[in-house]
Amino acid sequence: MSVTVVEVNNLRKKYGEVTAVNGISFRIEEGEIFGFLGPNGAGKTTTINMLTGLARPTSGQIMIAGFDAVKAVKRAQRMMGVVADVSNLYEEMNGFDNLCFCAALYGMRKKEREQRARQLLDEFQLTGAGDRPFRAYSKGMRRKLTIAAALIHQPKILFLDEPTTGIDVASARQIRKMITDLKKQGTTVFLTTHYLEEAERICDRIAFLVKGKIVRTGTVADLMTNSGNEHRLELVLDRNISQQSEAEFKQRFPGLYLQNRGENTCRLVAPHRIALSPVLRYLEEQGLAVYEAREVRPSLEDVFVQITGIEATNSNPEKEGGQQ
Amino acid sequence: MKRWIAFWNILKKDIQNYYLKPPNISWGIIFPFAWTLMQLIRAPQSLEISHLLPGLMAMSILFGSTSMLAVTITFERRGRSFDRLLLAPISLTTMVLAKTCGAVLFGVLNAFFPVSLAAFLIDLTGTNWLLLSFGVLMIAVTATLLSLVIAVSVKEVFEAQTFSNFFRFPMLFLCGLFFPVSKLPVFLRPLAYSLPLTYGVDLLNRALTGRGMMSIGLNSAVLLGVAGLLLTLAERCIRRKWIL
Repeated sequence: MSVTVVEVNNLRKKYGEVTAVNGISFRIEEGEIFGFLGPNGAGKTTTINMLTGLARPTSGQIMIAGFDAVKAVKRAQRMMGVVADVSNLYEEMNGFDNLCFCAALYGMRKKEREQRARQLLDEFQLTGAGDRPFRAYSKGMRRKLTIAAALIHQPKILFLDEPTTGIDVASARQIRKMITDLKKQGTTVFLTTHYLEEAERICDRIAFLVKGKIVRTGTVADLMTNSGNEHRLELVLDRNISQQSEAEFKQRFPGLYLQNRGENTCRLVAPHRIALSPVLRYLEEQGLAVYEAREVRPSLEDVFVQITGIEATNSNPEKEGGQQ
Repeated sequence: MKRWIAFWNILKKDIQNYYLKPPNISWGIIFPFAWTLMQLIRAPQSLEISHLLPGLMAMSILFGSTSMLAVTITFERRGRSFDRLLLAPISLTTMVLAKTCGAVLFGVLNAFFPVSLAAFLIDLTGTNWLLLSFGVLMIAVTATLLSLVIAVSVKEVFEAQTFSNFFRFPMLFLCGLFFPVSKLPVFLRPLAYSLPLTYGVDLLNRALTGRGMMSIGLNSAVLLGVAGLLLTLAERCIRRKWIL
């Protein structure tokens, strides 16, 4: 039987007249990686701040690992690790001391925190940098140490706000692997990211937040399956289809929408599955050779664009870490 | 026990990381050091030195404590490492006390610099050291909490230092350091009596010279009351400004 680690009911946050989060509700089960996606300004960070106790909800209920995170915020905070969107450790302290300090904030004794700090430095491949000041770390190392600091007290749930933003490819891969490893160990992960491929690859379920409201929640497969019920077939031909053939095609197959995509490629879109043989026969009649035909499944990015109505934001050049 | 582990480690970190930060050195150490040296050199009479000493100590505490807190809070707020403290499972009071303790300690250490210099110039054998230590501690506590209220409201170290000067200098001029409060113009006296430093300096005066304007009980009660009030105010400011 699954155990609910996070339960949010009708959560709302208003700043003056502006409603940043507008009555959202969701649940996260133990061991789940839950992606929280949305365009900038959708209310993701406000939601994380409310869940972690850095912001007070205007109304609504938050339960974290059985504790009321609004009324008993300190009890709930003991259950969680939080990685902010910036690597916010202490610049003057070295990696090892930073981890030990974070452990001390949770009341861990000296021997225990030193042991755990060494273990985490080892797991994150930072042992060699443990005695270097945090300010001397590269962006990737800073991010890894910040995540390690959030795990120092072995939390039940880890909140990750943009964990791979602005870091190198190798570190981003390592962090993604670490997130999936955490899931295997039973840790629940709440993840916000701009990288839709990243969310698609590692999240079990995703919620899309637009203008402070959750507009859709589901598994990655569900979201893609239900994204408009369109079927797409991409054909690679020996040359581009002519305008005349295109017009004739539309008359012959009224239920199919043909998109000429250039570079000898065209795409067929239909609200039902597309029977291939009649299409191939028609193209052969037109003297066109078909080299390749493949079904195009919608990506999470397509779903994102469809749901939010805006272009996906993962083209930001500063965020190369997520582009694999 | 867990609370004390967190408390001690926050305090230790602040001492290790921030005591020797440049803004702290300039405003917290060099300024009161230079001022003390200047006053002691231009007052060759032992009587003058013993009268100057409470004021010099008060000034050293005031600048030390307020500079330290301006540094510890604003540096951490800027780098967002302060969020770690807000996210830790410790009460806001524990966190505030840990942060302020570093500044209080810094102020107390600063206070004994003029004393050790004066020890070479005048006889301090008649000093009530217990009362002196209490006075030093209470001045440090009230100055620190006052600067906490300021540090909560600004973003940069220089802003904190600048705003601190708005109350540091008037306090110095009105607390009896340069002119006895009884000799101030009548319209300024209510202002002088509304400043916690006036009561702190009076305690130091009594401890060093045996003379004071007010009773030890009144001075202590006012300082403890102001400290309690400022702690409540600072916590309220933190809740309102930092936990949005």
